[in-house]
This record gives sequence, structure tokens and C-alpha cells, in this order.
Amino acid sequence: MRLIHLTVAQLRDALAAGHVSARDVTQACLDEIRRVEASIGAYLAVDEAGALAQAAESDGRRAAGRARSPLDGVPIALKDNLCTRGQATTCSSRMLAQFVPPYDATVVQKLRAAGLVLLGKTNLDEFAMGGSTENAALGTTRNPWDLRRVPGGSSGGSAAAVAARTVPGAIGSDTGGSIRQPAAYCGIVGLKPTYGRVSRYGLIAFASSLDQVGPMTRTAEDAALLLELIAGPDPRDATCALRPVPAYSQTLDQDLAGLRLGVVREHFEAGLDDAVRQAVQSALEVFRSLGATIHDVSLPHSRYGIATYYLIASCEASSNLARYDGVHFGYRTDESALLRALAEERGSAAAPDEVDTPLVRLYRQSRSEALGAEVQRRIMLGTYALSAGYYEAYYLQALRVRRLIRSDFDRAFGEVDLLLGPTTPSPAFCAGEKLADPLSMYLEDLYTVTANLAGIAGLALPCGFTRGGLPVGLQLLAPPFEEARLLAAGHRYQQRTDWHTHVPELP
Amino acid sequence: MSAAAFTTVIGLEVHVQLKTRTKLFCRCSTQFGAPPNTQTCEVCLGLPGSLPVMNRRAVELALRAAVALHCDIPTLTKWDRKNYYYPDLPKGYQISQYDLPLSRDGYLDLPDPQGAGTPRRVRILRAHLEEDAGKSMHDEVAGHADSRIDLNRAGTPLLEIVTQPDLRSPTEARFFLNELKLLLSYLDVSDCNMQEGSLRVDANVNLHLDTPRGRVATPIVEIKNMNSFRAVERALAYEAQRQGDEWRTTGRTLGEVPKQTRGWDDQAQVTRGQRHKEESSDYRYFPEPDLVPVTVRPEEVAAVRAALTALPATRRAQLVAHHGLDPYDADVLVNQGPALVDYFEQTVACGADARRASNWLQQDVLRTLNERGLTIQQLPVPAAGLAELLRSVAAGELETTRARQVFQRMVETGATVAAARQALGIVQVASEDLLELCRTLLAEHPHIVRDVRGGKTQALGALIGKARQRNPNVDPARVKAICSELIAAADTP
Amino acid sequence: MSLTRQDVEKVSLLARLQLPPAQLDAMTVHLARIVAYVEQLQELDTRDVPPLAHALDLENVLADDTLAPSLDREEALRNAPKRDVECYRVPAVLGGDF
Ligand SMILES: [Mg+2]
Ligand SMILES: [Zn+2]
Repeated sequence: MRLIHLTVAQLRDALAAGHVSARDVTQACLDEIRRVEASIGAYLAVDEAGALAQAAESDGRRAAGRARSPLDGVPIALKDNLCTRGQATTCSSRMLAQFVPPYDATVVQKLRAAGLVLLGKTNLDEFAMGGSTENAALGTTRNPWDLRRVPGGSSGGSAAAVAARTVPGAIGSDTGGSIRQPAAYCGIVGLKPTYGRVSRYGLIAFASSLDQVGPMTRTAEDAALLLELIAGPDPRDATCALRPVPAYSQTLDQDLAGLRLGVVREHFEAGLDDAVRQAVQSALEVFRSLGATIHDVSLPHSRYGIATYYLIASCEASSNLARYDGVHFGYRTDESALLRALAEERGSAAAPDEVDTPLVRLYRQSRSEALGAEVQRRIMLGTYALSAGYYEAYYLQALRVRRLIRSDFDRAFGEVDLLLGPTTPSPAFCAGEKLADPLSMYLEDLYTVTANLAGIAGLALPCGFTRGGLPVGLQLLAPPFEEARLLAAGHRYQQRTDWHTHVPELP
Repeated sequence: MSAAAFTTVIGLEVHVQLKTRTKLFCRCSTQFGAPPNTQTCEVCLGLPGSLPVMNRRAVELALRAAVALHCDIPTLTKWDRKNYYYPDLPKGYQISQYDLPLSRDGYLDLPDPQGAGTPRRVRILRAHLEEDAGKSMHDEVAGHADSRIDLNRAGTPLLEIVTQPDLRSPTEARFFLNELKLLLSYLDVSDCNMQEGSLRVDANVNLHLDTPRGRVATPIVEIKNMNSFRAVERALAYEAQRQGDEWRTTGRTLGEVPKQTRGWDDQAQVTRGQRHKEESSDYRYFPEPDLVPVTVRPEEVAAVRAALTALPATRRAQLVAHHGLDPYDADVLVNQGPALVDYFEQTVACGADARRASNWLQQDVLRTLNERGLTIQQLPVPAAGLAELLRSVAAGELETTRARQVFQRMVETGATVAAARQALGIVQVASEDLLELCRTLLAEHPHIVRDVRGGKTQALGALIGKARQRNPNVDPARVKAICSELIAAADTP
Repeated sequence: MSLTRQDVEKVSLLARLQLPPAQLDAMTVHLARIVAYVEQLQELDTRDVPPLAHALDLENVLADDTLAPSLDREEALRNAPKRDVECYRVPAVLGGDF
């Protein structure tokens, strides 16, 4: 078997047994990147020299019997909204094209401390806003299963990188489905942990009360191994839960007999693609054969999920992105041109506008020149929804509906252990298809956003293919902090199925 | 202001820096005076990805102040974002408190300076925690106006205290600020140093006028840029005058024009209208998603209240009741701050007479502190040293002029009482030496002895003068006593 | 509530974005659509539903007041688009007179 086909768990064993070296594995990844990146475009930056150096150090540690963790030497890729000290972290935005953080995100610190080899930074929708990685200012990423199609988003680069076998695992972030939806489109596993399970410190914020960092891998087992590493309390993140981290990888073999699986009625309504429906129905049968009992469950407010999500996420984003103003970091418009233009206008025309000062112009021009259209749309929506006179009707009402959505889940989890449904209504769409109609793109998040609003855990797993050979994703949802249950169910399912072993054919 | 009788109505908004070592949301130092941009990190620079974590000490200090201001402390308090763009605000929002502040509905009583009458009660609307911004400095370079930004201050914890419009004169506003500053320094909550920016005041003021048509109010003006309590008083006085003039010419009343912001120009002693930012009032407050609420149980509030022992009002009363000072003296000492009162109490505890100690503190000690720009903590004379000195004075070993010299010596060199006396050659004259000296003097001046015998006891004064010429350390009172005794003894057979 | 071009212009100033006329029109159309879509939330009666700002019920997460090292100045200023040796630089804070 080629090295690039080994999972994280298999690499762990092979490295421990001395059958492979971190350097070989890293080199194999770099070679594969060189082979396929031109058509996939998953990465914004590949740190070839740095990765090889890290791998060599890892081999040195292992030879000396001082491996930092069982995963010491395993390569990993990072979504480029996770801060890496001394290395550009861009959010795929012109705004941050030159931004070099002076610090590491907590997740990055933990990965380094465990000895993983940081291979590179992956592409994303600008500031994680989007579902196709088409709103990316610094790169274009395509779906390894069909290069005309999008990889999903916003963690599209991470998903494509894992699906294309250029790295065994990657870290993504999920605000409304940004890990699970691209995982489904690319036929891999994506875990959105419970809000507060993984530190957000150093994750460049999109919507602070919804953002969560999580692993993207080919198997549930690998997701468990990575979650173990990156989860846990962080004194630098006040919204990070103080609970200890279970050994997720040690509880994967739980018997599913008697597991109560709820099928979300609302996730099978109109708008669901037939191939997706069929694949998810067969997955249901697999779980039945594993001993799970199937129950019909309703989440009556889920149809309000998208509206609630777009209001809350945009409101928080409008504030989170206020710091990109061209003053302390990031892009600044051509200042002398600005001053010249202003002087000319004032010389000729009307009295100076009270708010049209050089500084206000600097803010407005810098932001409009360096932020993409989708980012600007969301900032506008959020600013509008928070502004005087609209706050109650929009933002506050959204927070109330958010409570209703959470209560739906609480009620459902009183009756069942896990919820099951499709991850997305349809498989990956063609590049450009939905660009003219942002709202239709938003609707791809229909089944995923409510987990973020409620703060619960969600797992996307490959569960089949369309006739055209596009992967289909299954979604399992668990109550807060029940990742162990979620991952065990996913693992048992993958032991019974082989969807995750299919490899996209790349030229 | 011709016919109309008027009342000046003033409300204050005071920002005080809490006495923490580190900032509100990161662990950078809050030390004043560091070179620009040397006390910053990713959090207070607002760098992408960084997150705030609330400083426990800041919450404790804010609570202490709020309880001392008799505020209600709700069980739950949370943080909000106040969104606006300014280059000294790196995140584009200030983390502050909006609808659930840490405290509300308190009051501060202003003592009557005469020590009589009922105190004036100024109601506190709310006191909440928030972060400070950085500093913008204007810089003219080659015709280009540029601003330079220093973010050392960004994220410094502030307590914003907002009063009800209960103050009725510029002087009363100054009294309020003095008393508030005193309270906060007794609480050890803030240094309240306006020069270093650890206390800042904005004032809202308007006039209520009785006119033939009934009572009217002038538009409210917010005054900023006042850099001392005196400046607050002057700015308010100026503004009251200006509003009266304006009302007489325009007749405009509250509600007819938007609220105006004016800056105090200390040089020109006037307020000037500031550019108003048209949309600046829309701060789009919403709950800060990066922080979680703080709950304060009633028991914790009770514990904070129980730990508030020595507030200015209490200490004034104690100085009167326990040490027999009169209210005026007690007020003078208390107004100097808790450290001076502590020093006074230690001096008394070391055996000094309270009144004498009070007098010395008000005169010699305060003068010394002023002249040398020292705080009482920096005074080289410890309370025990001052007490020893005052005891010597009380025992008649040192007269006041000599004691002052000793005190100065102690201040200059940090010496003990004994060492200072020695250095000044002030040594206690042994009894036998003193007796010998008196005998000699009497023998050398029989005419004085005669005069005394003849009933002119004031003639002894000359002897005292001569005794001091021979030995400057002799105690005049003792010379007088011994000489009288010797003369009397010689008379009896 | 219908959204006008003027509303959008006002919001763009609040958001410190500069939309040229053509984009302003497009933004108005887009925002109007989204706003119409999110209007569906108004059909829910939420009078007795407390808002949920955060899914996690944590409270009193506080840090000790203990000094930690700051960034050195060079590192702090490193990402500044315009600076001198000590400070960030911007056009005059008080606008107009330049
Ligand atoms: Mg304030
Ligand atoms: Zn800091």
C-alpha cells in the first residue's frame, strides 16, 4: 500500500513499529501535492522545507525513544484561518495576504506539542464565509471527485486535501456546516465538536458564538485520534469548556445494540436530492443491522435555521471584522492617492462632508478594496440587523428562535441517543453555479446550521455515491459533549461499509 | 441672567482606572509611562484570532467600589460590544457593559465641609466595567497631518461611574469629584491620578430656568477634555454662563437641538463645539460572544460589604471619637488620603499625643511632603520615629524649634531621632552637669541672685540665656527650676 | 420593511464600506432579498422565549491578575501598514484640515 493511502491510525502504528519514517511519509505527501495540486488547488501555502525539517526532528525523537505522542511524525494540514506563528495566515483574503501572526493558535500549539508535521495551510472561503471555497481571494480549489465541481466550504481546501490523499488529516472550522458540508462533498469524515470542546484561541473569528474547530479525516477513528489531541480547556479562551477530554479513540468499539437513532423528519422533506436520500436510507439499514433502533423525530423549528443563522452569524461577523480597517495590520489603500483625491474634490466642489475625513475614507476604501463581495454582504446584513431600530426585530428575534431550535434538540435527545440525516440536500455542485444567487448557496447549509446554533456535536461520514460518482454524506448529531458516542457510531458504520476507502481518480 | 432665576443641573461620567497589575483581557502590564507600544500583545492589539479573558482582580475592585457607592449588585452581569471605528480602538469595538451592568442605583454622600448640616446625596445611576482605548498623538510632519497610535493603554480596566443629574453647581461638582476620588483611594481601587489618565471626567450640564412661561431647560451639553477638578469647575461655570447667554439670544430649549459635545480649552478658558460624528450614536451594542457572564451571589456582596472598614466618612468619625480630634482637623487628615491617616494612627499608637501628632502632620509633615514632592509612604521618617520625637517634646527634653531641626535632619538623612540629635549636637545634658553649670552661673552673677531674692524672678531669664551660651543643649525650663531651687536652698539655714 | 438605497448607503457608512453606485444597487437588491427571507422569523411568537446568545452555559471564567510578557515592539508593529519606530501611523484623527 502506498504511504499516502495510510490513515492516521495506520501511520501511528507504522511509525511506532519503525516500518516507516516521518520523513518518508512527509515526502510522500509532498510528492502527491506536487502531482495533483495544479488541478485541485487545496493549499494556499505548502511549507516544504519546514515540513521536512519537522519530520526529521520527529524521526530523531522517535529514534531516541522520546516521541511526543503516538502521532509524532504524522503530517497534517491547517485551514488558513488558524494562526501560525511566523507564517502567513490569510483567511484567503486580500485583507490578510501579508498578515504574519506573532503567535500560534492553541490548536496549532497542541499539534506541535504532539509532534505532528505541519504540512501547509489550506484554502477556504474568505474569512470562512461561504459553502464552496469559491469566495476565496487567494486561490481556487476544486473537488477531487470532479474537477468541474466545488469542494464545498468553507473548509474546502482541507476537505479536498484529505480526499485527494495529499495529507491523512486536516483541521477545519465549522460555523454553519463548514467542516461537515465539504466533508460530504469530498467523501471524507468531518467532525464539528460541541461548542466549547476545542479552543478557538487563534482561530480567526467569523461568528464567535458558532465557530468551532474540528478534524477532517478519512475515518471516524482518525477523527477521534485528532480530537483527543486538540480538545480540552484553554485558559486563553473563556468560552472553552472546562471538562476533561475522554480518550475517544479507546471507546470506538462500543456495541451499537440498543442505540436509539432518531431520523430527523424535516431533513427528508422537499429539496432533498434522490441519490442523497437513497444513500442515507441505506445507511439507516446498516445501523439497523448493527442493532440500532430507528425512531422518527421532529425538529419543528429547523426550517428557521438558515434565517436564524444568517442573522446571528452576520451580526457577529460585522463586529468581528471591524478590526480589518487598515490601521494596525492588514491591507491599507493607497494613502497618498486618497489624500490627493480628497484635496482635489475639496478644492473644486462642495463643502467638506463632516464624516468624509481622510481617516473615514481610509477605512472605507481599505475595507472595500480588500474584502470580497460575500464578506461585504454579510458585514452589511449584520450591521443593518444590529443598527438602531432593527436590533429587536432581527438580532434579538434570532436569539429567541435560537432558543427554540436548541429546545427542539433537547427534546429530541430526551428520546434518542443520536440523530441521523443527510449532511447536505445535494451533492457537490458545479463551480459558478450558485455564485449569482447567494441565497441558494446558503440553503446548502439547511441540515448543518442548527447544530451550530444549538452548540451540539455533528459528524459527517461518506455513505455512498451518486450515479455520477459524487460522494454523498451522512450526518450524525449528538447531544453536547457526546463526541464519544458519535465517533463510535461512525466507526462501527465504517467497519461495515467501504465508502471511505474509495479514492478519486486524479490525472 | 436678567429676570429668570436658574438652576445649573449637572451629571458626571467618571472613568477611573482600576488598580490591577495587568489589563482587563490580557496579562500585559498597566504600568504608566512605558515607551509607546511596549505593553501590548495579540489580545490588546486586537490581532485576528485572539480572545479576551476577564481579569478577576478587575471584577473584584469594581465590585468593591460599587458596594461602597451603595449600589445594587445584580446576580448576573454580562459584557457587550460597543461598535465604533477609531484608530486607538484596534478591535473596532470596545468591550463594555450595556443592559446588565455590574451595579446600579447607588449614591455618594458629600460631607458638609463645615462638619455640620446634612450631607448632600448624589445618586449614582450605574457603575460598570469596560476597557480603555489606546492613545492618539497628533503629529505634524512636513505639512502632512498624521496621527501616531500608542496602544499601551488599550485594554486597561476602567470603572465608568455615571451620576444622576443631581449636582447643582460647578463647586458641588468639584466637591463630588474630591469625595469620589477620596473614596476610591481609601478603597484602594484606583490611583485616581488625572495626570496619568487614571481618572477622567465628562460632564453633562444644562440650565433649568424659571420664566414667565414656566420652567424651561436649555439643551444638554456634554463637556470633555477637562484635565483637573479645577478645570471641571471652571468649564462648568463657563458653560452655565454660555448657555444662559445663548438661551437669551436664541430661546432654544431642550429637545430643539441635538445634544452637543463641547471641549474645554484650558488655555483660553472656554468650551468649544466639537465636530459631531453624524452616525456616532449608533453603537450597535450586542452581547460579547467571547466572554461569559459573571454571577455574584448575595453572600459575596455581603462579604465585600463586611470587608469595607475604613471609608473616609468612617475614618473622620473615628478620628473624632477615638483620638479626640475636632471635626475640622479630622477632615484635613482624612482628605490627605488613607496612607496619611494610617501614619497618624501609627504615630499615636507609638505613644505620641494625638493633638500634637495631628498638628505636626498638618504642618511640618505636609509641608515637607509638598516641598519634596513625596508621598507619605516615601517620607524617610517612620511613624515610630515621629512618635519618639514628639514624646521627647512632650517630656520637655526638646523644645519645638530644636525638634523641628531634628525632624528636618531625619527627613534629609533618614536618621533616627538619636542619630539626628547627635549630629546636630543635641545631647541630653546630664543632671550633675546641669547642676554644676547652675551653681557656677549663680556664683558668677551675684547681682542676679540678689535681684531674684528681691522678688524680681524674671531676672532668672538672663541666667537662662547665659546657660544656653555655655551649652546650647540645656533645657531652659530645667535651668530655671534648678536655679530657683538653689537660691531658695541657700536662703534656708 | 422595505430596504431603500438610502438605507444601504447609511449602513455602508456605519460598516465603513465604500460602495460605488453600481455596487450600491446590487447590494440593495441582495440585502432586500435576504431581509425578506429572514422576515420569516417574524411569524414565530417568541414573547415568552428568552434569547439564547450562547449555547454554552458557562459563567465566571476569570483569569488571575498575573503579569505575562508582552510582545516586543518590533513584533507588535510588524504587521502595521504604516508605522515609525515607535507607533502606528494614520491620517489625522481629527479630519478635514490637512
Ligand atoms: Mg464608557
Ligand atoms: Zn495585551
